Order: sequence, then C-alpha cells, then structure tokens
Amino acid sequence: MPKHTFRLNGEQVTVDIADDVRLLWVLRDILGVTGPKYGCGINVCKACTSHLNGRAVNPCAIPVGDLNPTDEVTTIEGLPGTVGADLHPMQQAWLDQDVAQCGYCQPGQIMAAVALVRRAAEEGREITEADLDGIRNICRCGTYLRIREAIKAGARSM
Amino acid sequence: MANGDDRAAQRPPGSQAFDRRRFLGFVLAAPTLVTAAELVPAEQARADVPSADITELVDLNDVMTLAALPTSGLITVQVHTDGTVSFALPRAEVGQGITTSTAMLIAEEMDVPLAKVRVTLADARPELVFNQLTGGSNTTIATYTPVRVAAAIARGRLLEAAATAFGAALTEVTIRAGVVIGPAGRTIGIGALAEKAAAVRTQQVAAELKPAEQFTVIGTPQRRIDALDAVTGRKKFAMDLTIPDAFPTMVCRPPTINGKVGSVANVDEVRAMPGVTDVVVIKSGVAVRARTFGQCIDGVRALKVSWVPGSAKGKSDESVLRELKAAEITMGLPPLTPSVEGRFTFHFRSNSALEPNCAIADVRSDRAEIWSSLKAPIVAKEAIAAKLGLPLSAVTVHVTEGGGSFGRKLFFDAALEAVEISERIGKPVKLMWHRADDSRQGRTHPMATSRVRISYVGDTVLSYKQRHTSVATDLSHGFGEIFTALAAKLPVADLGFSETFFQLSQSMPYNFGVNSRLLNETDKSFNTGSMRNVYSPDVTCARELVIDQLAAKMGKDPYRFRRDFLRDHRSLAVLEKVAEAGRWGRPMPEGTAQGIALHSEYHSASAVLVEIDCRPETVNRPIRDGVAGPRVTRIVLAVDAGLTINPRGLEAQMMGCAMDGIALALTSSLHLRDGYFLEASWDNYFYTRQWNTPPELDIIIMPDTTGKPGGAGELGVAATMAAVACAYGRATGTMPTTFPVNHGTLSFEPKPTVPPVPQSPTDGRDHAY
Repeated sequence: MPKHTFRLNGEQVTVDIADDVRLLWVLRDILGVTGPKYGCGINVCKACTSHLNGRAVNPCAIPVGDLNPTDEVTTIEGLPGTVGADLHPMQQAWLDQDVAQCGYCQPGQIMAAVALVRRAAEEGREITEADLDGIRNICRCGTYLRIREAIKAGARSM
Repeated sequence: MANGDDRAAQRPPGSQAFDRRRFLGFVLAAPTLVTAAELVPAEQARADVPSADITELVDLNDVMTLAALPTSGLITVQVHTDGTVSFALPRAEVGQGITTSTAMLIAEEMDVPLAKVRVTLADARPELVFNQLTGGSNTTIATYTPVRVAAAIARGRLLEAAATAFGAALTEVTIRAGVVIGPAGRTIGIGALAEKAAAVRTQQVAAELKPAEQFTVIGTPQRRIDALDAVTGRKKFAMDLTIPDAFPTMVCRPPTINGKVGSVANVDEVRAMPGVTDVVVIKSGVAVRARTFGQCIDGVRALKVSWVPGSAKGKSDESVLRELKAAEITMGLPPLTPSVEGRFTFHFRSNSALEPNCAIADVRSDRAEIWSSLKAPIVAKEAIAAKLGLPLSAVTVHVTEGGGSFGRKLFFDAALEAVEISERIGKPVKLMWHRADDSRQGRTHPMATSRVRISYVGDTVLSYKQRHTSVATDLSHGFGEIFTALAAKLPVADLGFSETFFQLSQSMPYNFGVNSRLLNETDKSFNTGSMRNVYSPDVTCARELVIDQLAAKMGKDPYRFRRDFLRDHRSLAVLEKVAEAGRWGRPMPEGTAQGIALHSEYHSASAVLVEIDCRPETVNRPIRDGVAGPRVTRIVLAVDAGLTINPRGLEAQMMGCAMDGIALALTSSLHLRDGYFLEASWDNYFYTRQWNTPPELDIIIMPDTTGKPGGAGELGVAATMAAVACAYGRATGTMPTTFPVNHGTLSFEPKPTVPPVPQSPTDGRDHAY
C-alpha cells in the first residue's frame, strides 16, 4: 500500500492507504482526529473545514495522494498551537458568545472564520457583512447570528 | 448564627405540616453520598373554566409530566471525593442545552459552583418506563422538581455530616460555593464530606427546596457546560467514539423510498475492493464495511443491485396532493354569515440534522452493545432485544451526545440497522448514513393541507374551523405508549395517537367563538416523524394568514385585531411587546413589509414580528449553489416560557427556532418525483444559510408570571414561520398558499439515484481560501 507523509497539527505523520482516499477519512478513520466532521462528503456543508498551509480547505474533497511531505494540515485540534496558546482567539470568541448548540458544525465554522479573517487582513480590510453572508458552512441548529458576532469579536483579538 | 443554613432556620420547629416546598426523597446506600428524588407532586388541577379547547384542561406536556410521575424518583445525584457532583440525565442532549440547565438546577439547590457539576447522559433504563423520552419540549417541565429534590437532599446530608464533623449544631453550618462553613469560620469541602455523608442503608428523608427569591443561578445567563469541548473538537459524537473493531460501514440504498434488494450481481467483486472487509444484503439495502468511510462509499458505488420499487412507487408531489384532497373531510355548508377562508399546501420537509443517522453496534451471540444519540432509548432497547431474541438485560444502549435532532432522533433507524449488520457479519460496525441516504431515505415532515374558515358578523367572530389533512406522521417512537397508558385519563379516549397528539399540542389563543379543529391522515408509505414543533408551524401559519385576511375584511390593523381578540394575558403581553419593540406599523418602502404572528404551546407563549424585503433586486441577488429569495431583514421575538432556567440558552433556542421558521416559510422542502425525493444533499435542500439570516434579531424574554418552567425548545418555530408568511403576504400583496413559497421552482440539478451516493470531489485544494 502506498505511504503518504504530511504534517498534521505540527507533527509529521505517515499513513498506509490508497492514494484516492480523501483526507477526511484519513484524519478520522486512520489517525483518529475527529474534530473535522462529516456532513455531506461533497464539499457543500463545510463541516470538515480545516487548514492546509494556513488556508481553509475541505478534507472531504482532497485525495490523500495530493499531499506532499511539507504540506501542513491543521485541524481544530491544532488551531490553538498556531498561536501558542490553549485557545485560539476565535475559539475564545466562540466561548464568549456561547455560539455552539449541538456543536457538530462548530469546528468547521471556527476554521472557516479564522481563514476568512486572515484573508481580509491580507487584503488590508475589515470583515464585512457581505463576507459573513458569504460563509457557506451550514449550522442546522441555526446559530448563525452568534457566529457573526463571534467572528467580529474574534477578528478584533486576532 | 449569621451564617446558619437559611432553609433549616426557616423551618418551623416540630412542624409536621406538609409545606408546599417540602418533598420526600432518598439517601441511597453507596460508598459516597448518593441521593434520589421520589415523587413529583402532581400539578395542581387547572382551574380554567371548561371550554371547547381541551388544551386548557390538559395539554401534551401535562400528559408527559403525568406519565413521568411514578418513576421520577429514580434519578440520582452523586457527590464525589474530588468535590464534584454528578448526575446522569435520562434524556438526550442534542443541542437544546438541557445538560447545562440541569447542572444549573443542581448547582442552585446544592450551592456548589456550576463548574463542579457534571451532567452525563444515562444509558437506556427500561425501569424508567415513560420517563426517558426526549420530546414535546418537556424535559425541563418534567425534571425541574425531581432534580432539585435530589440535590436538596444531598445538600442536607452534607450539612449534617459537616455539623457532626465540626461538633456543631445544624443551624451553625451552611454551604457556600461548594464549601461547608461552620462555627468560627471553619470550612470543609464537600469532597471531604462525600464519604462521611454517605448512607449505609437506603432511607427516606424530607427536603425543602430553595425558594425562588433566593435563586442565584436559576434565571442567570450561563454558557453551555460543553462549550469548551465543542469549540476544541473534543466533544464526542457517536462517530467520534473509538470502539474496538467497529469499522466504518455504509449501506447501498435503493433508488426509491423503501425499495428492496432484488439481487446483487457483484458481491464478491466489491468484497475484494481495497479496504473492504464485508458486504452483506440486509433489509434496507447492501451493507459495506471497510477500513474507511471513503472505501465504503467506493464499495456502495460499485455495487450492481437490481431493486424492487419501494412503498412510494410512482408517487410525486402532485399525486400525493391529489390523495390529500381526496382524504379531506368536508368543511360543511358555507355559513350564512360572512366568512373568510384559506386553503394551504405544505410540502414535504427534511428533519435531517447535520450529524446524519448513525450508530455503533457490537452484537455477540449472548449480548449486544449500542452507541447512538437516541431520544427514545428505552423503545430502542426493547426493539433491539426483540429483534435479536435477547433478554432486555443483555442489551446495553448508550445514549451519546447528538449533533442535532429536530425530531429525527426520536427514531432509531440507524441503531436497528447497525444491529442487523453486526449480527449478520459477526463483527462490530460503525454505521453512518451518507448525506444522500439521510436526505432521500430519512424521516420527513409529512406533506399536508390545511383549510381554515372563520365566520363573523360585524366586529364579532362567530366560529373558527380548521381541517388539517396530512400524510401520516409516524409517532411510533414512544408517544404512543404514553397515550396508551394514560388514555383513560384523557378527554380524548376514542381518538387515535396522531389525532390525540394533534389535539393536545394545538391551542386556540383567540376568542373566536365556536372553535373546531380536526386532523385527518392518509398514506403511510413515507418515512415520517415529528419534526421540530410537529403540526404547529403549518397549523399556526394557516391560521395567522387567514386572521390577516379577516382583519383586512373588518378594516382593522393586523396587530390591533389580534390584540382585541386574544384571551390570555401572557399571549397579549408577548404580542404587545413585539409590536412595541419592533415599531409595528412604521412606514416601509414598497416591496417590503412587516408581519406579526402568535403561538402558544408547552405552557409557554411567543410572538414574532418580522420585516421582509421582497424587492426584485433582493429576491434575485446572485447566490452560488443556493437560493436567495426574499430576505427577512428583522425579527423581533418575545417569549414567555414561564420560569426561565438559563436565559442565554433560551435565547439560543429561540434563535434556532427563528432560522427554522424562515426556512419553512421561504426555502426548505423536499420535491417528490417517481417515488423518491430529488434532494440529496445540502446544496439541494435549502435550510437557512448565512445569506438568508436576518441582519437584526431581537429576542425578548418576558418576566415570569407563573413560577414554573414552560417548554421552549420548539416554541418559536410556529410563530416565526407564520410571521414570515404574513409579512410576505403584505409585502407582495398576495396571500401565499403553498409552502415554502419557492417550492414551485426547482433550484438545482438532481443528483443520480444509481449509484445512490455521490463520489467525493478531488479538487479540494483548488478551492482553498
């Protein structure tokens, strides 16, 4: 079986699995990293949103064979490590706003939010209502308004 | 003593009178302190004048609370040596916040910090009979008193143990923040007392509950106790559990609803695919077990199955609508007086949660163990034991944290299926439904029509008549058993389960003279269930729309009309609150409008004011792989849920209800064609998304006038849907009669049904942002 090596939450990992198995299943079923959730498997619900080299991606749509040894995958479990703290400011904002209800979509929501704020910062601008309207992550509990408030607060402290 | 126990000090010495705050409970024999609540005192008989409306005498929550009475005493609070207090809640937490509110009740009653209270979910406990069903927004109503009684007994025992340890009188000790304080400032933590306060034999004791005026936790906004786990990815749902050898498993399902396997051409070939360990034909399809879910998807897609058409063979939206019309009972002769009428169609809707149907099962020859989020775990356990031919005691059913429910988890379809697969292949399985399965073969809110006629003379309404006709709603998850047990006590003895549920859950808040409502059901060929707020969103939406018509006929403003006809002060108060806070009647541009609506249920009341923008530039704004449509620009929602345990949690529930109401009115439905639903994923089924949310949302919690908690997890859906519909009608100048309003336009390309699940894309890196 082919071996695949990449970086996961700051550590080098190697897995033996066919090339075309999507990263989501490698994370969840092989490596036991269960923060990224399954909600559709076709990159529309965004529950598995994680970061690849600092950018938001959906592991359900990435064959593990597409990863290189230097590629850095960050899941919700590794997010605090990117700022060297127990919690990333966005996670703290989520706690402050008490966003989660069932919580199933929230790891993906937080990872999407961090990427959105980073992108706006790179473009030298603030998060806009249009940015927030454009977030595609589904929350079936309907926590959308608290998500918006948390992103605005998290952006201020990022 | 200034620091003496308030409650002990207040008790009249030697008083034998049964104070209304005194309750009996138990201290159970155990190594550390374990207390249990006994009976819940019966609800006071409702003193309302008997009228045509049975929900004034008894409603669904009364029935569920009554049903819970004989067994509530079995819930226990345990104090541990590390100073924590634990409680296994016999309910399902699916996001509604009941573990948090329950922890608050215990923290309040015991005077321990909220962070020291751990609330877990109890395994299925058949001895609880009816008292382990999560539904009908009943959890807090039914458990409010027994949880506090058990906690109060624990507190009393800790004080007694501390008094003994200090050599002090009971009146000289008290608890503050989990620490017992005695004479001269001496202190001892409750952890150090956990063994000292334990009982060597079970005994009955009396406890007095903290009076409401001394509450410091109940009624204060608190964060969810599982929030940290949720935002760090540590919160474990069923599919996140590591159970040895429970490999990923999916099922290749039929192209039509409830279709059956005819034959499979290539079982061996699929069994030889990479990662695949087992392929087996089961009742609902062909199960594939593999090392990863990705390899299950590959196997499911590779299977060559010939299918037998299912229970909805050849059916479509149009044919079901014809069936409904044929089943409609007559509205009677047109009245001689003036009247307004409305006829409405509500299409199928999906109650899929974001966590799909899933369960882990480990079935052995002599026992079985199941992990799943279950709102009716006792019924599930009984069904599983019967299916396997095992004694009930050989089946263990663990209730896991649920990733949403919306009614879906009242059923245990995945648990039964996982058990069947595990038994057939003799290995543990981690079964997950693909989203396409969950959408196409999962439970739905049934399609329905509702007809309303209101007759009036001058300014007086003479009668209100509503006839609701629906595809049958499956209530076989446990409500049925409750009603069977209590049928003799209800004034509805001759009605079926669904009609009973309907009658008990619907109320008539207006003075509309002779009131009559009936449910008629037809067609049991669909997988249906009670979706959040069950019948109420459709029934209320129809009623409130016709009320707007009646107000217009009478030349009255919709708000003032409702205010003039409301019967009770709580409904009136929420209505007046949203009108005031939402500036009812303010001038708005053409193509935009306000709507207002009301709903009461679960011993609670809610009113919603909506502003909507139906201007073409808004309706037609571009959205990729989604629908835009009219945008709700503001919602003001007032809620009176009686005594609120956690206002922050109540606000969260109302926010979710509002998002559901928007979806039901404007965007979310299933389209039935040729015996299957076209929707296969979230890019087809248009639940409210960020671009549909109201920029302004105000939730107003009314002051409590009852002293008792009402239900709230579903309450806000009906009034929101109705208010959005009324606003849409006023903005467009046409009363909407089909819901959701966009159902007539198919806004996506349907995915194939064979193979039944779509392959995952491979271009994820190209969409990085």
